[in-house]
Amino acid sequence: MSTLLEVSGISVSFDGFKAINNLSFSIGPAELRAIIGPNGAGKTTFMDIVTGKTRPDEGQVLWGEKSQSLLRLSESQIAQTGVGRKFQRPTVFEDQSVEDNLLLALKKNRSPLSVLGFRKSSADGDAIAALADEIGLGDQRPRKAGELSHGQKQWLEIGMLLAQDPQLLLVDEPAAGMTLAEREHTTALLKQAAKTRAVVVVEHDMEFVRRLECKVTVLHEGSVLAEGSLDHVTQNQEVIDVYLGR
Amino acid sequence: MERTFLIKNPSVMVFIALLALFTVAVTFLSEGLGTGFISTAMVKTLGMTLCFCLIAIAMDLVWGYCGILSLGHFAFFGLGGYMIGMWLMYARTEDIVAASLANAELPPTEQEVVDAIGTQIFGVVGSSEFPWVWAFADSLLIQLILVVAVPGLLALIFGWLAFRSRVTGVYLSILTQAMTLALSLYLFQNDSGLRGNNGLSGLQNIPGMADTPQSTLSVWFFWASAVALAGGYLFAAWVVSGKFGSVIRGIRDDEARVRFLGYPVEGYKLFVFTLTAVMAGIAGALYYPQAGIINPAEVAPIASIYLAVWVAIGGRGRLYGAVIGAAFVSLLSTWFTGGRVPDVNLGFYTIEWVSWWQVALGVSFVLVTLFAPKGIGGLVDLFINRKTPDRHGEDLGPDKGSLREKEADA
Ligand SMILES: Nc1ncnc2c1ncn2[C@@H]1O[C@H](COP(=O)(O)OP(=O)(O)O)[C@@H](O)[C@H]1O
Ligand SMILES: [Mg+2]
Repeated sequence: MSTLLEVSGISVSFDGFKAINNLSFSIGPAELRAIIGPNGAGKTTFMDIVTGKTRPDEGQVLWGEKSQSLLRLSESQIAQTGVGRKFQRPTVFEDQSVEDNLLLALKKNRSPLSVLGFRKSSADGDAIAALADEIGLGDQRPRKAGELSHGQKQWLEIGMLLAQDPQLLLVDEPAAGMTLAEREHTTALLKQAAKTRAVVVVEHDMEFVRRLECKVTVLHEGSVLAEGSLDHVTQNQEVIDVYLGR
Repeated sequence: MERTFLIKNPSVMVFIALLALFTVAVTFLSEGLGTGFISTAMVKTLGMTLCFCLIAIAMDLVWGYCGILSLGHFAFFGLGGYMIGMWLMYARTEDIVAASLANAELPPTEQEVVDAIGTQIFGVVGSSEFPWVWAFADSLLIQLILVVAVPGLLALIFGWLAFRSRVTGVYLSILTQAMTLALSLYLFQNDSGLRGNNGLSGLQNIPGMADTPQSTLSVWFFWASAVALAGGYLFAAWVVSGKFGSVIRGIRDDEARVRFLGYPVEGYKLFVFTLTAVMAGIAGALYYPQAGIINPAEVAPIASIYLAVWVAIGGRGRLYGAVIGAAFVSLLSTWFTGGRVPDVNLGFYTIEWVSWWQVALGVSFVLVTLFAPKGIGGLVDLFINRKTPDRHGEDLGPDKGSLREKEADA
């Protein structure tokens, strides 16, 4: 199987504290992967590195068939090459409408001049309407995102990710603050998305991970502790000691 | 500009209509073309106020919409003024020199004329040579281009350096203050080539129009200022109404998020910073012929701070707020510092407004920021029923410049 993202031997330390320690990770072009690990294991930092927010002290992050290094690109360039990210806390533009949030995310030319001349076509409107329906916000489009509930904001952010149409989706704790029904809906959406692209989901909630039915990577103290099916890793003694045992 | 744009933004039409009404009224009451109820000096003051409104719109774009608290935009205003001032002074002096040399027995050579102009202009700084910055002073067209090119280029270089290094928030504000301070200190030097602290003067005399009285000229400049303000308002409203406005408001509230959506945030900031610097330059170029004189004190750091105060008092993040703030505060300041406001005698102390006005302005700025963050523009909300969201005191984004709860609408 070819790989879409190949992270090898990355390390990063903050004031001497090694948040990521010689971590390697790879994912194929249409794959769903869950990353679990205790708090402070480095899951968010890992996403920071892939998306260009944090520069690793050493190691490589290679992207796509041409094995292009992402380390030389800026955050916006990485996003443009096809990496989308959902943050741990829902981050939507609270002062703007659901519609505008989705429009901002919609895959279009991002340069200032072309955005200045941009006019929404009816096709764009339809795409946004379809997305809004998909994330259950069809009747909320004119509302300010700041007025939405916590769960709805999570949804909106997922919708924005889908609108970006990335090849790799990094999703940080999507189920936080969602009701059971919403979680099920999220699972379905993520599984659906993983049919055409790579999806990496960081999650604490074991039930949620189980429902994703995918390969699991366990992080601990900045490196990979175990990898495999959920049943496989949960039987691993080391994993039980550091994570499940608590 | 499509019709839908105006229909979606009714405040733009209201603004243009009010501005047109105001312009017509001032014209009919002016000394030059009307009944004379409004003195020529007052017409000039009003025209200059419109220029302040234009730079306030620029400030609102860069700060209120894009979240960059620039405290240096008056540097661009001043540069615009200097650029047009050079031509005004050169061409006007040329007229005078030509008149005085016309009686000479031999017709003067071109070099003699240029030398005579140089002596006239630079005598005050003990020189008669034209510095290189005056290379194009004899060409109105080139100086007009420089009105936009010089502020634009300075903003482009400064912004590129600052934004590229991801300088934001207070540090960026301090950098912009340093920029305008450096510019003013440079201009204060006699060998800066722009007549040091004398600045450029006699700018109210338009070359070739010696026969047109100031009363008429003042109305023409008032019109020009009104047209520029209308154009600037329309343009700014168009810029912020579409997706571009959406992006820069996103940058104001949460620039990291905008980056992760794939937008080159630095490019957007640079674009807005440079664009607004150009607007400021145009406003300055219209202002100084009405003021008659420009000197380095005009680009002192405090001027740009006042600009932020105007926009804050008027209400940032809405264009008419910036206009109201600039007009209201600058007119009030003219009134208070004009010495015509009666002093308040408290018995033990007499409040002289000429000096106490600053204090009053400072206090009202603090009060507005604390208790009425929507500014004067917020009064409009009482009529159009705009509501503030209830966010329990939370801002609308994590960034320093992000909209506060009280500034937003639900
Ligand atoms: N910018 C930073 N500066 C200092 N320490 C950080 C920074 N970012 C993360 N860390 C530390 O790195 C470790 C890993 O953090 P994080 O990746 O957020 O963990 P997780 O998402 O797995 O809970 C934590 O101990 C955290 O305190
Ligand atoms: Mg985390």
